[in-house]
Amino acid sequence: MSDKTINITTPISRETARSLKAGDSVSISGVIYTARDAAHKRMLENLEKGIPLPVELKDQTIYFAGPSPAKPGEPIGSVGPTTSYRMDAYSPKTIELGLTCMIGKGARNNDVIEAMKMYGAVYIGAVGGAGALISGCVKKAEVVAYPDLGSEAIHRLEVENFPGIVIIDSEGTNLYETEPPKYIQA
Amino acid sequence: MREINVETVKNEIARMCIEANYDLNPDVYNAIEGACASEPSPIGRNILSQLVKNADIAKASRKPICQDTGMAVIFMEVGQDVHFVGGDITEAVNEGVRKGYTEGYLRKSVVSDPIERVNTKDNTPAVIHYNIVPGDKVKIDVAPKGFGSENMSKVYMLKPSDGLEGVKDAVIDCIKKAGPNPCPPMVVGVGIGGNFEKVTELAKRALLRPIGSHSPIEYVKQTEEELLERANALGIGPQGLGGRTTVLGINIETYPTHIAGLPLAVNISCHVTRHASAIL
Repeated sequence: MSDKTINITTPISRETARSLKAGDSVSISGVIYTARDAAHKRMLENLEKGIPLPVELKDQTIYFAGPSPAKPGEPIGSVGPTTSYRMDAYSPKTIELGLTCMIGKGARNNDVIEAMKMYGAVYIGAVGGAGALISGCVKKAEVVAYPDLGSEAIHRLEVENFPGIVIIDSEGTNLYETEPPKYIQA
Repeated sequence: MREINVETVKNEIARMCIEANYDLNPDVYNAIEGACASEPSPIGRNILSQLVKNADIAKASRKPICQDTGMAVIFMEVGQDVHFVGGDITEAVNEGVRKGYTEGYLRKSVVSDPIERVNTKDNTPAVIHYNIVPGDKVKIDVAPKGFGSENMSKVYMLKPSDGLEGVKDAVIDCIKKAGPNPCPPMVVGVGIGGNFEKVTELAKRALLRPIGSHSPIEYVKQTEEELLERANALGIGPQGLGGRTTVLGINIETYPTHIAGLPLAVNISCHVTRHASAIL
């Protein structure tokens, strides 16, 4: 675990994803896409029907988030992460399709971690419930797919210095397993 | 009979939906700020300080503390000498939610059917609990509840022989299994007794009590204190990344129950435990 913050610019190559280690503090700039339950479901169901994905996933970052509405003159409302395990059913496929980075909060299952190891992807934690703070990192936001889903639509966000911590790296090291035992009191 | 126009109820609820989502209650704010000093984990301290900063930004810039502005849970204690005039009271409550969530730029997170899942686009309907009490006042509590933590909540139909120890172990097990998912540090509402549906309402009502308040029943108070200590010894910490600030408060409410049962409900809430109240 390093003390210094690593600056990352998206898109993130497989190689860069593999270089990040659990415990690294990161600061992400560039384009990221929001998607949560309903958008994942629709993307992958459409793909099975032969309908192409609305955004190319190669080397991209998906932020599991559904923002609150923007006030007039602001790019976005509050936009913290949602709980990631609900996307566990979909993430192995999105990783296979080229996704290299997921941002969310909370545990992931073994299928996701195995896909991350196999293809080279990283899971970054943003601070859950800090939606007002994180909104300051979003410089531009637009809905690029599924506008009928409201907050759950896929938003293209341009972010600057979005703060996160690498929780699970491409070797499968998982901070949720390595950190809490250090603080257990018998 | 005292007459209250439902329009007044609507406007109060709209105001409270916005206020609860923008202004973190002082008890929760102070608990998080206090934990910044005592948390031994450096990552944990950093997260806690970000949560304080987040609450400050939300308050100052009039933004939701968290983007999950919740499903609106409304408790209405209606004095039996009150007569609502001017329309349907339940419709007025939902109108208030609709107005608050629209005018406050709060997220619309409700779908009209649990399977078909089409967003109602105005965050209605709310979950409303009515209770008739003596008097001619109406007490309204608005408690928007996010689902990251709601999903980690559980009901246990324990046996009388499981006793208090069984209750304690189940609460700790529920917190442990929730781990990083409900945005710790959590606030935990516990209901003991009643029956299957009563116990969940007790747990939800327990979340309305401020952090640091205790049950007037001595053994319940001791249980609240003991469980808080045990929960914070689990090591989960802020956001589940390790530490001793896992739970900010555990509130327990009890109710008489059946000779054959010991119902228990654990309603997990996050560090954005929201609540606004008013008396009309």
